[in-house]
Amino acid sequence: MRTSGASLAETGRYLRRSLTQSLRLMVGLPDYDAYLSHMARTHPGQEAMSYEAFFRERLEARYGGGKGRCC
Amino acid sequence: MHSIRRHLVWLVVAVVGAFALGTVALSRGEAINALWIVVAAICTYLIAYRYYSLFIATRVLGLDAHRKTPAHRHNDGLDYVPTDKNVLFGHHFAAIAGAGPLVGPVLAAQMGYLPGLLWILAGVVFAGAVQDFIVLFISTRRDGRSLGDLIKQEMGTVPGMIALFGTFMIMIIILAVLALIVVKALAESPWGTFTVAATIPVALFMGVYLRYIRPGRIGEVSVIGFVLLMAAIFGGQAVSMSPTWGPMFTFDGKALTWMLIGYGFVAASLPVWLLLAPRDYLSTFLKIGTIIALAIGIVFVAPTLQMPAVTQFAQGNGPVWSGNLFPFLFITIACGAVSGFHALISSGTTPKMLDNEKHARFIGYGGMLAESFVAVMALVAAACIDPGVYFAMNSPAALVGSTPEAVAQTISGWGFAVTPEMLVQTARDVGESTILGRAGGAPTLAVGMAHILHQVIGGQAMMAFWYHFAILFEALFILTAVDAGTRAGRFMLQDLLGSFVPALKRTDSLPANLTATFLCVAAWGYFLYQGVVDPLGGINTLWPLFGISNQMLAAVALMLGVVVLFRMKRERYAWVAAAPAAWLLVCTLTAGWQKIFSADPKVGFLSHAAKYADGLAQGVLIAPAKTPEAMARIVFNDRLDAGLCALFIFVVLSVLVYSVRACLAARRANHPTARETPFEPMAVA
Repeated sequence: MRTSGASLAETGRYLRRSLTQSLRLMVGLPDYDAYLSHMARTHPGQEAMSYEAFFRERLEARYGGGKGRCC
Repeated sequence: MHSIRRHLVWLVVAVVGAFALGTVALSRGEAINALWIVVAAICTYLIAYRYYSLFIATRVLGLDAHRKTPAHRHNDGLDYVPTDKNVLFGHHFAAIAGAGPLVGPVLAAQMGYLPGLLWILAGVVFAGAVQDFIVLFISTRRDGRSLGDLIKQEMGTVPGMIALFGTFMIMIIILAVLALIVVKALAESPWGTFTVAATIPVALFMGVYLRYIRPGRIGEVSVIGFVLLMAAIFGGQAVSMSPTWGPMFTFDGKALTWMLIGYGFVAASLPVWLLLAPRDYLSTFLKIGTIIALAIGIVFVAPTLQMPAVTQFAQGNGPVWSGNLFPFLFITIACGAVSGFHALISSGTTPKMLDNEKHARFIGYGGMLAESFVAVMALVAAACIDPGVYFAMNSPAALVGSTPEAVAQTISGWGFAVTPEMLVQTARDVGESTILGRAGGAPTLAVGMAHILHQVIGGQAMMAFWYHFAILFEALFILTAVDAGTRAGRFMLQDLLGSFVPALKRTDSLPANLTATFLCVAAWGYFLYQGVVDPLGGINTLWPLFGISNQMLAAVALMLGVVVLFRMKRERYAWVAAAPAAWLLVCTLTAGWQKIFSADPKVGFLSHAAKYADGLAQGVLIAPAKTPEAMARIVFNDRLDAGLCALFIFVVLSVLVYSVRACLAARRANHPTARETPFEPMAVA
């Protein structure tokens, strides 16, 4: 009983995280944690951007380049 | 035995779908419930996804789960990120779903709901979803390159340049027609105008909040923005009833046109974080929320369709747009069936985030099926309002008159019984002074949505709220598109003109940017103004131009698919892309030819121009023009539109010639010539 309760909570957390990620990616913001783990894995020497800097960088990349959207 | 059982459940789906479609198609006279359409559509999608997209994935394209995708190859945590396929589906869907699938089906409803429904379903299964899927695949195998680059790479520089130029012109037409929809919805509507105007300060506030007060807290600021928007809708109601404020927010079409042009220029020159980004958050979330709400509403309310399955306008001569079912139905409904613009999205950010090549099927093919469902819902919303009200809203005054009495009389004469009281009452229900002459799809859709949603929440008293909510929702993402599109157009223009005037190419130079922005705004502003003063309502002129150009871009994308299949030495499967490409070529070239040369002045630009030119030569005024100058302007605009149509035809024909040459060359070669990024195996985690 306890285990199924725990896995239910886990499923809930997973769904919640996926939903948040989806909504953020819809407006062009990829997952910050994925970015951090990527930096830690492949560029251990370099300092990763703070969340605020990451947010700004992505905002410029999405809108600054003049990418068109659909009709 | 096992394999038969595996298909059994799909057989049931197919039978249910066929039965639903049969009910929709074969009923004559009695009213049909909208749920039959929903069931028919969903079953069609399921079968198409299970069998046809699987066939494309395994046999035609040969998706390879072990091939490294650009997201893994270039992973930088920013542009290239391996992404969960459900999350990426949301991203892709939000990027492809816009105003298009909502407007086209509403306009097509003048022929009844059946022709539009059949084209949406057949179009998406065999053309639209195939295009999105193949382009996503091609781009993924080439490091996520854009459509223009892909055409350059696989066909040559000249067709690449031609396609880029064609895309720019399509962009201009799209912006004009989208802005026209907003103008049509807001003209003489203080409630709508106030609400939409209020989104500007709301977005500015959100921009500052996200930049300085709580940087990067998108969720939080979006909730605040949403609450403010809802307050703006109620504020708009107060404004529309106030004797002092009401008139201050009441504008005619021309005034709104100038405001939109000014807005477009300023918005596209401001820093992106201030206005564009926050407005985009609001419009994206509102769009997704509204689509879900509409789906729930339709299932919950199960409205009855009032529009006949097929009206007499399927023979042509419809009041909303002229021309026969073939070819004009197939260009009127673009997004939702097949849309060339999706090729730009499928070769944009999505291929850079694909975790595994196999996911291209779900995201490319499946994403387009989801958009098609949005188009089906728009069709249902338009078909469940009274046909008399539908035609009163969408017919130009030059055809049906401008008072409720005259309009009701004309439309009842067509066989759609409607009384002046009904028209006045509908306007009062949605909190407007009039609903006449509101072509363009948005107001009709808003009435349909209000009709459905007020039965779920709020009852009759909330009808006006839901109407303005729907108007706000459409206007919000159209304004985002105007802003983003002007910027995109500016970059394209700087790229194109930069080849001749190097000073213009510098995107860091303010004068160069402002010049390019001005040129871009002037271009769509011109077509917008032309549409607003057009006696036949503007939509009649601009929407076919948009449809023709958009479907031509789809044909170009599918031709790229054919070329790539030939170069992969998979030409025995090339029909998967070649058949829809051929169909689109037949439709768009016929439509383009008729728009230029048809002898019917309601269809052909040149014969319309000739009619007015003759009038000028003989010194007679032809209504609705009131001065010789107005007539001269009509003549000029007609010839300009004809020229534009000819240009589109030239673009698509030249790409066709280059594709055929590329295919022949690929056939002669004795080995695959497709220029994919070399195979690298996916790392085993």
